[in-house]
Amino acid sequence: MSKEEFIRVDGRKPDELRKYSINAGILKNADGSAEIRLGKNWIVVGVYGPKEHFPKFEALQDRAIINCRYHMAPYSTTERKSPKPSRREIELSKVIRTALEQAVILEKFPEMSIDIFIEVLQAEGSTRVASITAASVALAEAGIPLRDMVVGCSAGKVSGKIVVDVGEEEDKEGEADLPIAIMPNLKRVVLLQMDGKLTHEEFKEAFEKALAGALELYEEQKRALKGLIEKMSEIPSEGDGNEQGV
Amino acid sequence: MSKEYKGKTLSEILRMEQARNFLGKGMREDGRELTQYRPIDIKIGTIEKAFGSATVYLGDTIVVTGVNFEIGTPFTDSPDSAILLVEGEILPTASFEAEAGPPDEYEIEMSRVVDRSLRESGIIDFKKYVIVPGEAVLKIFVDFNILNDDGNIIDAAVIGAVAALATAEMPDLDYIRENLENVNNNNIKEVPRKPFQIEEVPIANTIAMYGDKMFVDPTASEEEVADALITYTHLSTGEICSIQLLKGSLSYEDVFKALDLAYEKSVEIRNILRERGIISG
Repeated sequence: MSKEEFIRVDGRKPDELRKYSINAGILKNADGSAEIRLGKNWIVVGVYGPKEHFPKFEALQDRAIINCRYHMAPYSTTERKSPKPSRREIELSKVIRTALEQAVILEKFPEMSIDIFIEVLQAEGSTRVASITAASVALAEAGIPLRDMVVGCSAGKVSGKIVVDVGEEEDKEGEADLPIAIMPNLKRVVLLQMDGKLTHEEFKEAFEKALAGALELYEEQKRALKGLIEKMSEIPSEGDGNEQGV
Repeated sequence: MSKEYKGKTLSEILRMEQARNFLGKGMREDGRELTQYRPIDIKIGTIEKAFGSATVYLGDTIVVTGVNFEIGTPFTDSPDSAILLVEGEILPTASFEAEAGPPDEYEIEMSRVVDRSLRESGIIDFKKYVIVPGEAVLKIFVDFNILNDDGNIIDAAVIGAVAALATAEMPDLDYIRENLENVNNNNIKEVPRKPFQIEEVPIANTIAMYGDKMFVDPTASEEEVADALITYTHLSTGEICSIQLLKGSLSYEDVFKALDLAYEKSVEIRNILRERGIISG
């Protein structure tokens, strides 16, 4: 059986991402915001800041502090999840924060903090990498200077095959899961986790598949931000000012 | 004050400066090679009250691990599977910065990386420790504490967990089955014991980067100044069972360079465990 003939539980090919879309500027009150839909995943990110860090004695004189919270809504999973942050969510908040810290030019904002709130409203596997992809768009929309975008994708081993963008069912049944996030222009890995069992060869194949998936999603990030710029540069013609914001 | 010096003592700041100076020249503050581990000492059975225990000394890092067994109710989605609970804490004795109280995100991350290193490795055959299918299974607790933190606590904690599990004695499940009415978690330590059997040995190796220098077994000050830290856990088969980028970023090439170095070091540590008679084969 050739690789192309292998069909996954949801009918995808090994190299095929789920359906995705990213939209920027979806929350009026936030300084930056974005949402991502990846399969049934629906994740909203709001960015507030840079703002004065509180409490003041914890502020850093040479750079900004990023606060990041990854949170899953109680109704986001098949079995209701307690709204209280779990150990998993605390770990993911940390790895997502350190991934984004690599891209944000923190030195531009001494004594300040930037809050990144990630709300997983519906989860269907690979939420951490989708969260990073959306958070990076929200940071860019907030006008926070970035060295590069950060974009994430996962790969895994399911029924002995290496596949990209692991879905919920595949993660449960699969042999390994490899979420990664990269800065696509600087070509650096900013998030890398793996659990399961992979040989070195399989790891290489999975890494390359996740990388290709991330690069595809990077195009969607750019599209989301480009759409926003076009919207901003539309000069309202005289007389239809009242329609703005309806 | 910059982020890295905030809340640090003068001696810590000086040690960080020293680590920077040495690593910049491709050397270590303690005279080690870049790819050399500190001396490892493993003491077995250091906690007599536990079913299994080990104390690992990795340079000045000290980790105490205790293994305990209880009778538990299986999870509904895996009725025929024993339960493993891994939890680690950095004790307030461990360093100037360590604090008592609920674990922070770094401790939770450490704990979860050690958990995944064990759980995904197949070190425990979960099907083997079912007492009554669907009703009672063995609940395996691996609790570890960092007594002194001089860096690389994940590598040390995985060695400690393997050593404690490999040398643990478990309550005889046949005895429990025959005396189900009388045995409970209050008297489980009085049940006749049998050696606990491990099926695989995971070894975690943390690789650090400073500029273009790649090195192993970082001390606390080397971790502070490192640009990146990544942990790979390998099995005896050469397969990887866990990866975690703990800090910083890596180029695509360095991900694979670090992987090869981690594998090489895992073989070395596996041999140490064999030579000391902690694991067989």
